[in-house]
Amino acid sequence: MDENSRVEFTKEMKKEYKILIPTMLPRHLKMIASLLNVYGYDAELLENTGKEVIDTGLKYVHNDTCYPATLVVGQFISALNSGKYDVHKTALLFTQTGGGCRASNYISLLRKALKKAGYGYIPVISLNFIGLEKNSGFKLSIPMIRRMLYAVIYGDILMLLTNQVKSREIHQGDAERLADEWTVRLVDRLGNKKSLSYGAIKKTFRAIVRDFDKIPVTREKKVKVGIVGEIYVKFSPMANRFLENYLINEGAEPVMAGLLDFALYYVYGRMVEYDMYRIHKWSRFLFRIAYKVFASKQADIIKIIKEESSFDAPTPFAETVELAKQYINLGVKMGEGWLLVAEMAEHIKRGTNNIICTQPFGCLPNHIVGKGVMKIMKERNPGVNLIAIDYDASASEINQQNRIKLLLANAAQGGNQ
Amino acid sequence: MVYLGVDIGSTTAKLVIRNDSEILYQKYERHFSQVRHKTLSLIKEAEPFLRDEKIKIAISGSAGMGVAESAGIDFVQEVYSTYALVKDKEPDTDVVIELGGEDAKIIFLQGGIDERMNGTCAGGTGAFIDQMATLLDVTPDELDELSLKCEKVYPIASRCGVFAKTDIQPMINQGVSKSDIAASIYKAVVNQTIAGLAQGRKIKGKVMFLGGPLYYNKGLRKSFTETLKLDEEHAVFPEYALYSVALGATIFASKQEKVYSFGKLVEAIENTISEKSTVASMAPLFADEEEQKEFFDRHAAETIAVKDPASYSGNAYLGIDCGSTTTKLVLINDQKEILWSFYDSNKGNPVDVVRNCLKEVRAIASDRIRICGSAVTGYGEELIKNAFRVDFGIVETMAHFMAAAHFEKDVDFILDIGGQDIKCIRIKNNAVDNIMLNEACSSGCGSFIETFAKSMGYTAPDFAKLGIKGNAPVDLGSRCTVFMNSSIKQAQKDGVSVENISAGISVSVVKNAIYKVIRANSPTELGEHIVVQGGTFLNDAVLRAFEKEIGHNVVRPAIAGIMGAYGAAIYAMKNGSEESGMLSADELDSFTHKSTSMQCKGCTNHCSLTVNTFSGGGKFISGNKCERMKTGGKAADTGMNLYEYKRRKLSELGFVTDEDYINRKRNSSGQEDGSPVSNKTDERKVIGIPLQLGLYDLAPLWHGIFTELGFEVRFSGFSNKNVYLDGQDSIPSDTICYPAKLMHGHIERLIAAGVDMIFAPCLTYNVNEHKGDNHYNCPVVAYYPEVIKDNMECLENVKYVSPFLDLRDEAELARELKKHLPESFTGFTKAQYKRAIAKGFENYRAFRDDIRREAARIIETARKDGRRIMVLAGRPYHVDPEINHGIDLLAESLGFAVITEESVAYLSEKISTAVLNQWTYHSRLYCAANYVTGQSDMELVQLVSFGCGIDAITTDEVRSILERKDEIYTQIRIDDINNLSAVNIRLRSLLGALEMREKTND
Repeated sequence: MDENSRVEFTKEMKKEYKILIPTMLPRHLKMIASLLNVYGYDAELLENTGKEVIDTGLKYVHNDTCYPATLVVGQFISALNSGKYDVHKTALLFTQTGGGCRASNYISLLRKALKKAGYGYIPVISLNFIGLEKNSGFKLSIPMIRRMLYAVIYGDILMLLTNQVKSREIHQGDAERLADEWTVRLVDRLGNKKSLSYGAIKKTFRAIVRDFDKIPVTREKKVKVGIVGEIYVKFSPMANRFLENYLINEGAEPVMAGLLDFALYYVYGRMVEYDMYRIHKWSRFLFRIAYKVFASKQADIIKIIKEESSFDAPTPFAETVELAKQYINLGVKMGEGWLLVAEMAEHIKRGTNNIICTQPFGCLPNHIVGKGVMKIMKERNPGVNLIAIDYDASASEINQQNRIKLLLANAAQGGNQ
Repeated sequence: MVYLGVDIGSTTAKLVIRNDSEILYQKYERHFSQVRHKTLSLIKEAEPFLRDEKIKIAISGSAGMGVAESAGIDFVQEVYSTYALVKDKEPDTDVVIELGGEDAKIIFLQGGIDERMNGTCAGGTGAFIDQMATLLDVTPDELDELSLKCEKVYPIASRCGVFAKTDIQPMINQGVSKSDIAASIYKAVVNQTIAGLAQGRKIKGKVMFLGGPLYYNKGLRKSFTETLKLDEEHAVFPEYALYSVALGATIFASKQEKVYSFGKLVEAIENTISEKSTVASMAPLFADEEEQKEFFDRHAAETIAVKDPASYSGNAYLGIDCGSTTTKLVLINDQKEILWSFYDSNKGNPVDVVRNCLKEVRAIASDRIRICGSAVTGYGEELIKNAFRVDFGIVETMAHFMAAAHFEKDVDFILDIGGQDIKCIRIKNNAVDNIMLNEACSSGCGSFIETFAKSMGYTAPDFAKLGIKGNAPVDLGSRCTVFMNSSIKQAQKDGVSVENISAGISVSVVKNAIYKVIRANSPTELGEHIVVQGGTFLNDAVLRAFEKEIGHNVVRPAIAGIMGAYGAAIYAMKNGSEESGMLSADELDSFTHKSTSMQCKGCTNHCSLTVNTFSGGGKFISGNKCERMKTGGKAADTGMNLYEYKRRKLSELGFVTDEDYINRKRNSSGQEDGSPVSNKTDERKVIGIPLQLGLYDLAPLWHGIFTELGFEVRFSGFSNKNVYLDGQDSIPSDTICYPAKLMHGHIERLIAAGVDMIFAPCLTYNVNEHKGDNHYNCPVVAYYPEVIKDNMECLENVKYVSPFLDLRDEAELARELKKHLPESFTGFTKAQYKRAIAKGFENYRAFRDDIRREAARIIETARKDGRRIMVLAGRPYHVDPEINHGIDLLAESLGFAVITEESVAYLSEKISTAVLNQWTYHSRLYCAANYVTGQSDMELVQLVSFGCGIDAITTDEVRSILERKDEIYTQIRIDDINNLSAVNIRLRSLLGALEMREKTND
């Protein structure tokens, strides 16, 4: 047998294996883990973090590979080492996007690392929507994808609102507490076999927005800081050293687009590829449908937020695309590609003139869509503060904080003009 | 009321006191990591000015953040502080450049204020200069004086301190004058500021220079003003340069509401000292006294007999190890017992050190001891061999193996950490099985400890002793030393003790070696019988950290620091004869050494050469990339180098000429010059294509298409250092690979040559060669033309076309080309496009097949001649002489026949890989590696560009393909560093290992 062949996750395994999920966005993934249980899986979101994770990662991943790979592999292997799990009855779940960025190789790196650590027999399930790697024991069905979409949207709303309230809340901890409460409730709902009607879900959206709107806040004007960047580092507090909380403690309000935008970017990109290269001839119809569904959900959320509160709502994706076009060709699609550029432009357009671009040290697409566009971004938008911060296992926190402090000092002065 | 500004940087603390009208007091001192104590003592010293005053205070500086936070004093970011000061003092300033201990900052004040700080990879500046001074064994002041006397400036990699050091080390060893090196160091700092910080924005107008290094170093100032072409009026060096941040902080202090009395202020700062540190720490090196005693007892036993030379008469053998920072010599007798030995820093002048040693040896030997043989190893091998007529030269890895085998017969793993390099030698069946050297980026480990110890005011041995005592070593990570510097800064901020910093550095050096160089996952992988050596292992803290990390005991010979020399002596013994030919006592007395610099005219590389002449008649030329200039300037072309062949074939496609480019550059005083490029044959429009990144491989394709459409096509030609320098000021990311950086210079070159249009397409997908699961380009190759478009202002005056194209479908390509070419370049019929594209692909295939045929010829001839064949595997653009730095020529001169990866990749089937095989260029690598495993006379050496993220994946995969079949894997990392010494050692070690393998197989 070929030594490079992978261990499949079989139907038999589905019955008795526990599936571990790595953390990126804790709330989103907690809901996704719970919804898997509806379909007969036993999924658990990993919560181990800290130095142990990083050290384990460095041990099993080439140190020049991007930081997210180090963290994900480190989190999995240190969990397996912990003794908490029956390693012969455990599988790992990881997303795979495909594409020309080296991130598409994370799953291979994870398998290599498992082999080195003596866990070569553990199946790794690729979570993807384009038919890469099949497992007889793990199949995505349309209802399952639908539930996942809701989990993503719920997660996005909670993140969006928490960030807006947390920096201005009068009773410290209100926003976080409410978000936690809602997460428990939503985990319960998504992890329940009861069917989900979209009408009910919309009601839930509304209820969440109303609840957050009730939290007493100061009228004090906060400096808004946009966070863009490589998806893992941007979202994962473990990777970005709790950037959102750091900013809040420094008296600023973090602003970031949600995971739904990334999903939209992903499906939209496939449509662009058809236009440019005439590929995905058949699957493009499916992607077009997906795009319409995602976009309409986004429109609903925007509408609800605007109706129910004075919170800032997400930018409609069509507008996001138009903004991107002003700066970069939509053919740039590796990694976060043009989405990262669009998010910068989006922040600027909505008056958030201070932007941190978070990226793993040595991230390839970021040379192009991060640092590569900063010059024109600044030229066309005088007064914008834009900094790139590299994250990796050894980047010194003081250097990062020093640069953020500079950004905030400039911001406090009301831009640079 | 007085305003107190405190600036605590990475190495120094500054304090300024002023009132509303004038400065009352200022003070500047190194803080030796005692940040909080130093802040307190500075304030106490200033008591006469503060005692009876109401005080408003602000703290600034990277190391000041922690103090300010825990004392509850207001903090102001240092760049911001500088900005406020300049706006107050010299509002008409255009640009401020401030160099500090480890930070470099630039502020553009006019037309959209923009502040930038160096990235995490860009290394220190002041600390970097200090480190370089230590390397040259001079004080920073002396370095400055030396620089003013320079005759020639050499290119030194400026991207990060470690690289620069790698460039400087061989210059020292090769005898380049200290004043030239000093000036070159400053020039590197200047280039780094321009390339790393300005990133596309021009530094012009009135420029103010601030910070310690620029205040103290005249040579650095000179280098800046000359490079930026500033006159006296536009280069401002204010007398407050040293205190600018502290002074800026007083402005913020004056706006604070909090008012302190002297007593209250002292109290606030005193409170911070007792605060507990929060830095991540690790378990101490020794659990208890007993463990410590066992450790020292065990290692004390690993000694070697030392004989008194005065009572010995008979034969003796001399070994010399001229290392990167230290020089070692050993004299042994027939029993391999040591008669005499020497270990010291080479003080930036190894020739002098060795000469004194040899005089001593000759004196000791007198008439009683006959020196029958001598051998030299290490970086300075060639230099010393030629200077003193040493009998043999031996590659250092072999020398170390010989020495280690003497100590531990069954040795299966040797780890040597020296000043600059880490060497790992794996032994199997009594022969060197594999050699790993550290990549340029993680080097500097040993000398890093020494330099750091010195900067904190300790000697290296004392610093090591302190490390043993650390009760909670600080966790500094395991990347390059530049990162460690920042982590140490953080530790200092949090008030970690010197003991724990020392222990922490030891652990980091060890982790670096194990996980970064050896890439081990478990200690059993290393071996059963491990010998550790090299000067760095004389540090007990390092030795202990290593044993702890791998979990079992190792042997450290008492002569750990001189093992290379000892091995060389054993080699001399095995190969020696009656009498060594080394210089006699008399000859040593009258020995003189002179070095001059010149430029080689052998080829377009124009290497900077250093010619060393010695009184004994010895002559040694260094700096050359190949052996050409030794053969009278004529190319010693063996006809066995496919890289050369490929370059020749590419140049036949038509390059912009040097003259073209240079003349244009001279004339480009703003006016658009309508005259066509020189030796233009007719009135056809000229399309310029940058010969870089993906365009290397596809050059014949585009050439074919556009020629067929009736245009003249000119490529930008091969790169050299000047091409890089021409484009460096518009590079937006300082951590991107060198090939991408070079792209900027190529564009400049095309514009200067006056082409009518520049064509650089973006290609998500490459040609599908059916050897992988997909056929992507890497993100940089795919999209770099977009970056060029957004970052190069010079494109305003030229048509620049960078369409997104797809090569997989000819009809599509025709459609897209038609759509994207500018109007004056279109107007062809569909059929014409189709024909042109067909012609392009025909060209592409013809070119490819020609290369393959030539490869087959080289292989056949090599086999007939019994030559070893090297597949020097990289990417298509690694054929560029500036990117590969002449490694192909070096390999050729070492006797290899050299071929490229793609010239044999097609001979292998698509293979199964553990990683996603989805990039065209990388699929070629895997196939080439697979092909090599079936050929007993072929070796694969992989070239890896620094910053290539994808190679973090491919290198491990290529290695495993080769090692599965018991082939040796060799990797060479390249960046803008120009020195081949390390590569030389690596390739010679490979040769040595191959020879030993052959011997054991016979």
